[in-house]
Amino acid sequence: MSAPADLNIDHVANLARIALTPEEKAKFARQLGEVLHHIEQLRKVDVTGVEPTAHAFPVYNVWGEDVARPGLAVEAALQNAPAQRDNMIVVPKVVE
Amino acid sequence: MSDELYFKPLTELAALLDTKKISSVELTRSVIARTKAVDARVRAFNSYDEADALAQADESDRRRAAGKARGPLDGIPVGFKDVIAVAGQPLTASSKMLANFVSPYDATVTQKLKHAGAVVWGRLNLDEFAMGSSTENSAFRATCNPWDLARVPGGSSGGSAASLAAGEAIATLGSDTGGSIRQPAALCGVVGLKPTYGLVSRYGLIAFASSLDQIGPFTRTVEDAAVMLGGIAGHDPLDSTSYETKIPDYRGELKKRKGPWRLGIPKEYFGEGLDPEVGAAVENAIAFYRERGCEIKEVSLPHTDYGVGVYYIIATAECSSNLARYDGIRYGHRSKEARDIIDLYFKSRAEGFGAEVKRRIILGTYVLSSGYYDAFYLRAQKVRTLIRQDFLNAYREVDAILTPTSPTPAFKQGEKSDPLAMYLCDVYTIGVNLAGLPGISVPCGFSSGGLPIGLQLIGQPFQEAELLAIAHAYEQGHDWGERHPKL
Repeated sequence: MSAPADLNIDHVANLARIALTPEEKAKFARQLGEVLHHIEQLRKVDVTGVEPTAHAFPVYNVWGEDVARPGLAVEAALQNAPAQRDNMIVVPKVVE
Repeated sequence: MSDELYFKPLTELAALLDTKKISSVELTRSVIARTKAVDARVRAFNSYDEADALAQADESDRRRAAGKARGPLDGIPVGFKDVIAVAGQPLTASSKMLANFVSPYDATVTQKLKHAGAVVWGRLNLDEFAMGSSTENSAFRATCNPWDLARVPGGSSGGSAASLAAGEAIATLGSDTGGSIRQPAALCGVVGLKPTYGLVSRYGLIAFASSLDQIGPFTRTVEDAAVMLGGIAGHDPLDSTSYETKIPDYRGELKKRKGPWRLGIPKEYFGEGLDPEVGAAVENAIAFYRERGCEIKEVSLPHTDYGVGVYYIIATAECSSNLARYDGIRYGHRSKEARDIIDLYFKSRAEGFGAEVKRRIILGTYVLSSGYYDAFYLRAQKVRTLIRQDFLNAYREVDAILTPTSPTPAFKQGEKSDPLAMYLCDVYTIGVNLAGLPGISVPCGFSSGGLPIGLQLIGQPFQEAELLAIAHAYEQGHDWGERHPKL
């Protein structure tokens, strides 16, 4: 089974910010085509008037106490940074 | 029953510790020695810190000597799935993306277990970012099933299940998004409990699909599961989906709740694809409950067949959003080949994620993308409502639902190379996550090939005490869990 015509893998990979090789694109398009084919059966379900469920037990108006409490120390917050200097994370130049 | 400490149930060891017949250092040494002897074959651990574990055990012994022991978990070595944060220890999600990540803080469950005196022991392997059903998707190693090393332990919490079955921990923690505790528990012959959504805090759990993820224990016995659940359950202000509910004494409740219960058998769970030996073992369990005076009723969960489809829309949509944070900037893998900042995102994610994670991010991004949201995500959320209503309707007539945990015993490594075939392994466990219910897998037999088979019991929301009592009643009449693999 091939991918549905509307699964544009280049477009979706671009939205997801993942560089895929041509081999990955071909393979994922085929495999996800099969998964989407399976998912197609949801179209048979009558969902007229059915409310969507985002959480099984939704809780509302969850507020935190408005009090300061200690957070991570700078060193702890930066300990996993790929590159850092002067207590800041180093990234490639954003503005030319 | 084995004489080795590492194969004894947690509650039995707690009694030995309490009466000072053994020390926590002695117990922890036994677990460490066992791990060193077998883990080259089982491959359940991503890492462990022997000195740290022994230091914790020593502290526990000092507390006990001073008369300040903190209860049944004090001094017990507990293994952690490598998606649950432990301050100062690696936290990899079995992904190249986090291969060098060290957690700067504790998850709430880690804090709770530390306060209860447990010895935090070892980081256990999983399918990368908890995406899979066989632990073959780990970026580091495929974990083996201790009952047959050529077979998978299940997944995604395969390391948590296999290490316990092999005697490399006394209890372990896993996480369950679509069956990731119950299915590996079934395949490895141990008890695995997925609590009601909201009962256990997710703070410090690496997020996969936030509306489905729950942390839960793997144990040798149902009573052990009751002790572990008591140690980790409870409202947490750091998790806004955490539920405010009274936490009973789960272990004490086991002795009070005697049934008989009304048990529902959903006909949709006994159809095509169910291995005959698994079916027969579950039928024997049904007969056991009937002989004990339980009322066995056929029930219907008519939307069962749509569960896998709904799950692979909702879970992938949520994962595509949750995993957007891995961009190579603040932590995690950063590509060295990037030309500019945008290229850095593309290449870091391409290099850091494995194939299954990429596939799921692509699928999740697609179903949420402009023009497709209503057809996929919104429709899936509506069918999710129908699946949840199926369970709630059934609970008007029954106290719990009884099913197989997995359609088959452990399959061979490499056997399911096609993603859809792997996804369909979770057909009996996914509905529980979509409906937010508690579910437990308990050992209920062995196949003719000597592989464990699991029985799934599904309870009502926040009724873990009742669910554990029902599972305990079965366990009291059987000794499946007392068998151990030969390694």
